[in-house]
Amino acid sequence: MTDEQKLVHFQERIDAGEKIEPKDWMPEAYRKTLLRQISQHAHSEVIGMQPEGNWVLRAPSLRAKKILLAKIQDEGGHGLYLYSAAETFGIDRSEMIEQLQTGKAKYSSVFNYPTLNWADIGAIGWLVDGAAIVNQTMLAKCSFGPYARAMVRICKEEGFHQRQGYEIMAKMMAGTKEQKEMAQDAMNRWWWPSLMMFGPHDSSSAHTSESMKWKIKVESNDSLRQRFVNRTVEQAHHIGLTVPDLNLTYNKETRNWNFGDINWDEFWTVVNGNGPCNHQRIAHHIKYHREGEWVREAAVAFGKKQQKQNSLN
Amino acid sequence: MTEKSNQFPQWEVFIQAKNGGPYEHAGSVHATDKNMALQNARDIYTRRNEGRSLWVVQTDNIFSTTREEEAEFFDPAEDKIYRTPNFYKMPAGTTNL
Repeated sequence: MTDEQKLVHFQERIDAGEKIEPKDWMPEAYRKTLLRQISQHAHSEVIGMQPEGNWVLRAPSLRAKKILLAKIQDEGGHGLYLYSAAETFGIDRSEMIEQLQTGKAKYSSVFNYPTLNWADIGAIGWLVDGAAIVNQTMLAKCSFGPYARAMVRICKEEGFHQRQGYEIMAKMMAGTKEQKEMAQDAMNRWWWPSLMMFGPHDSSSAHTSESMKWKIKVESNDSLRQRFVNRTVEQAHHIGLTVPDLNLTYNKETRNWNFGDINWDEFWTVVNGNGPCNHQRIAHHIKYHREGEWVREAAVAFGKKQQKQNSLN
Repeated sequence: MTEKSNQFPQWEVFIQAKNGGPYEHAGSVHATDKNMALQNARDIYTRRNEGRSLWVVQTDNIFSTTREEEAEFFDPAEDKIYRTPNFYKMPAGTTNL
């Protein structure tokens, strides 16, 4: 078969709803886009542990601390599922880590914002994980088998993340005046970055049309963002939180919550490395990666020693 | 692997969810020896009681068919529908066979 015939056949498989497996023929652009997207997703899970890790030692109760630790462990696990999915393309994990540390690979910009008070942990679980669930539920239908399978597993686990976040917010909104202010303050700071998580508008998204043709994603950024807004606005109102958007109005005909303009200048500033915590996040990752070097060396030495013993037996 | 790579060998993880059930592939882990592979697999794939037994096997030891050879490779099974019960005509009125 010529490459053109292969491409036609590939598109037929996609259109028929088949999953593509790593050893199947695929267009180079499909491979490249997925590799970029999966490794970026993996990095996001791993970097996403940092803003939450900031509150492990300051959690207000043992219950809250246990939950936070479990959630952070999940995020690390999700990163590992995703690195595994990316590795099915034959890329080495060290290579991906290096791309992260040198800034060649990106991660979700939302993790470049600081966690300033305890309510931020609530807002991250409820809003950031909530947005991630909307996106990932869609990605579970992705045409690339290993990515779709990782997403199914991740979606199952994220359910608790969002609920524990909403519980924190609801508790604080039922608390003292100061606690309510903290919750509203967190809402004000995390609302817009959460909407930005869905990426640029469809009209200016570089990858959307090809990604949809190949079912790398099956819904557009704007439609996912709208679904998230519709779900979340009512949850906010239910516990007395105000959505920080003066243009927010309910459209009875479309049954959508219409929202105001997103500040794309801010979005691109953070994407391009100049958000409040970009530098700190990467510096932290590099520091602990280096500090773990001796542990990895010891593990390799131990593994070799065991292999030697096994071959002698 | 590049020379710079400091990756541990890769292992594939299979989980048995219930006693008597099949071992299903869950994903992979990196580890320097089999015990570490089992522990990593436990921590990564069974944090919510997803399994009661685990297998790990080094990825290099797995061989698979490819999409390209799929048709030819599985071809011998294609014209043998007499291996399924529906191929056979039963006399009218027979039940529970």
